[in-house]
Amino acid sequence: MEMPTPQAGILANKARLIEMLQAVLPAGAVIHDPVETRAYECDALTAYKCPPLAAVLPTSTQEVAAVLRICHAENVPVVPRGSGTSLAGGALPTADSIVLGVARLNQVLETDYDNRFIRVQTGRTNLSVSGAVEERDFFYAPDPSSQLACAIAGNIAMNSGGAHCLKYGVTTNNLLGVTMVQMDGTVVEIGGAHLDAGGLDLLGLICGSEGQLGVVTEATLRILPKPEGARPVLIGFDSNEVAGACVSDIIKAGLLPVAIEFMDRPCIRATEAFVGAGYPDCEALLIVEVEGSPAEIDEQLGLIKAIARAHNPVELRESQSAEESEKIWLGRKSAFGAMGRINDYMCLDGTIPVSSLPFVLKRIGELSGKYGLDVANVFHAGDGNMHPLILFDANKPGDLELCEEFGAEVLKLCVEVGGCLTGEHGVGIEKRDLMNVQFSHDDLEAQLQVKDVFDPKWLLNPAKVFPLEATRIRRAA
Amino acid sequence: MTPNSESDLAEIVASAKRPLAIRGGGTRPIGSPVAGDALSLGGLSGIELYEPGALTLVAKSGTPLAEIEVTLAAEGQRLAFEPMDHRALLGTKGTPTIGGVVAANVSGPRRVQMGACRDYLLGVRFVDGAGRIIKNGGRVMKNVTGYDLVKLMAGSYGTLGVLSEVSLKVLPQVETAASLVIQGLSDARAISALSTALGSPFEVTGAAHTHDENGTPVALIRLEGFENSVTYRSGRLRDLLKTYGEVEIVSDPNTVAAQWQKIRDVEMFKGDPRDIWRLSVKPSDAPGLVARMPLGRDVTYDWGGGLIWAACAPDTDLRTLLGDFAGHATLIRASAATRARIPAFHPEPVPIATITAGLRAKFDPRSILNPGLMG
Repeated sequence: MEMPTPQAGILANKARLIEMLQAVLPAGAVIHDPVETRAYECDALTAYKCPPLAAVLPTSTQEVAAVLRICHAENVPVVPRGSGTSLAGGALPTADSIVLGVARLNQVLETDYDNRFIRVQTGRTNLSVSGAVEERDFFYAPDPSSQLACAIAGNIAMNSGGAHCLKYGVTTNNLLGVTMVQMDGTVVEIGGAHLDAGGLDLLGLICGSEGQLGVVTEATLRILPKPEGARPVLIGFDSNEVAGACVSDIIKAGLLPVAIEFMDRPCIRATEAFVGAGYPDCEALLIVEVEGSPAEIDEQLGLIKAIARAHNPVELRESQSAEESEKIWLGRKSAFGAMGRINDYMCLDGTIPVSSLPFVLKRIGELSGKYGLDVANVFHAGDGNMHPLILFDANKPGDLELCEEFGAEVLKLCVEVGGCLTGEHGVGIEKRDLMNVQFSHDDLEAQLQVKDVFDPKWLLNPAKVFPLEATRIRRAA
Repeated sequence: MTPNSESDLAEIVASAKRPLAIRGGGTRPIGSPVAGDALSLGGLSGIELYEPGALTLVAKSGTPLAEIEVTLAAEGQRLAFEPMDHRALLGTKGTPTIGGVVAANVSGPRRVQMGACRDYLLGVRFVDGAGRIIKNGGRVMKNVTGYDLVKLMAGSYGTLGVLSEVSLKVLPQVETAASLVIQGLSDARAISALSTALGSPFEVTGAAHTHDENGTPVALIRLEGFENSVTYRSGRLRDLLKTYGEVEIVSDPNTVAAQWQKIRDVEMFKGDPRDIWRLSVKPSDAPGLVARMPLGRDVTYDWGGGLIWAACAPDTDLRTLLGDFAGHATLIRASAATRARIPAFHPEPVPIATITAGLRAKFDPRSILNPGLMG
């Protein structure tokens, strides 16, 4: 993976730059010892590592602005970082960059149940936002699997989704406003407790821009009353294709479950061995969850089970208790971790039209044979967001490259059937060079010119999202 | 000019020597008046793809909204964001198009719970001011590949690009609907009741406060879904709201549909000679803001109080009278002279206005796409 060559002038200037940053930040907020900066050398895409020049941990919007003003004046690249859980290398530094971590911006600023929002600093973790409103039975809907660790800042940067976004939408559908610092230190307020933009929808543009347009320090998030109850049903099938057809039929029938998750046999076995979620041993497993009062749940699950039965499931089991439901979800959310115990893996994130599920799953199986690498599938089936995990051995020379080649072929397949390269993880560095598969020169140019407006010097997370070749002239200017 | 294909459209824009006044069905003349050559999208019409099992529909921008609604209904589906029909309020004729709905980010009462047009917009194709054909997003429900220009295009009123195709997420129709009605509440009490309903687990899909023909205040709350579920939730919600007064449950689906269509289309101001303003605010701020509006106004609230429709004396600059407030006010209907004097869209603070101007300069470098419409 190519990254830009560090600029010698910045590396030579390190001591002075550290002094300038220390002058505007509290003691201990500038990390520059090479032993300590290693903690920031990568995110969850651990195949690529590079310690930054320094990492800074500001504690207020004003401090973020001060850091950015210095870096802007000194032409130093800045890599914003939430909790570093990106699977796409969104927070991967270069040796001449400053990592700007929001971990110390973790306060709840305002909770308003009448108007159904919470305002937080963006270093706060996803799950702790829900935790802050639990006392009144509210929650924050987007629930990425990393929700225990991932920060709202990263969720906004990547427009994160989760298992329950089939019903509740992804981050952009639950984000009401932001305080954002632009690269030149300008602080802007966009949106707020009201709905929709008065002019252009800049909030929608910023969400998912992978930290390239500004550093979001505060966010106003929509909170929702918890449903009276929720209950999952496990449906096992002896083929992936039949499971895919069942998903399509559930959706066509006018039912709108809150989640439809899919796991295949390799994933089921690994997860069972890891957390013992009580999954049946079968070729393909669906977890379908519905919400409401007990009677409402019974009615919906009755309809879903009837549809499932028409596809001859090998297992059809409704959760009998809150504990069992929790275990079922623990299994699903631990799936990546479970796979990680048995192998190195690369997690893809392509999204396809739901109608193409059976075809794409079959094709992935064929490609697995072609490349000689095993694949486990665990994903959000209801919205077509695939997560094939390609297993490889990082210690075996050439295996990572082979795996990346396989991954690229799967993502191209996703685009071919009418889908996209990434549904919720982001482009980062991982899919940067595949952007030409999905977008024409003009399509990309329209996006690049947006960054020209927000960050004319191309200093914010500059080597991400777009093919390096497409941004070379802009980054060098 | 009425292009018949996207490439025709691109050619017309690329070779345009004068500003273009872009129109879909011409039913939503919102914004400052635009002097330019008329460019109609009526020739770009037709549903290109509809997959009920994937909840997605792709249509050319000039496709009549009615055609889309009929097609969806045949499969038991609908546009969940419930786009408002502006014809009654604005006194316009013509056929609303899906491109117009997207360009103006038009939503209805369901927006408060289910999201706006922009939340259901999966992808766009458009021609920018230089005549380049651009696509963004796609036709899948989750997509974070590159920047989200889809949201940026929604509600940009044709000022950044001329839409040629839109891709939408659709949802199943519901089996039935009911309204809970409470009469005679003050604005503040009504908004409080609506907040209580929206903060309950009973999945309210409409929360409005308006007046009936006799001027009696009426708060309405809508529930939708399977029949048993709607019955159950109506009962639970009535118990929850009984401290606000007597709660009537309307369960005839046709009556309920008619009630919410009136609210959606702001029919109470149909034919009203006054200017019409639309404000988006924090719901609990709404009654206080309305109290500061000049005498001789009438209002109606949607979105749990977060959306205020106000009829005010002609040529009143409501923003000046209200002073600073969190949210925004749009002048939806007024004489051409008033719209030339008072900006239709809410003026932006300097740093935001700078970003907006920067984006316009990139997407429409010659300032030919509905120039000045949004200020």
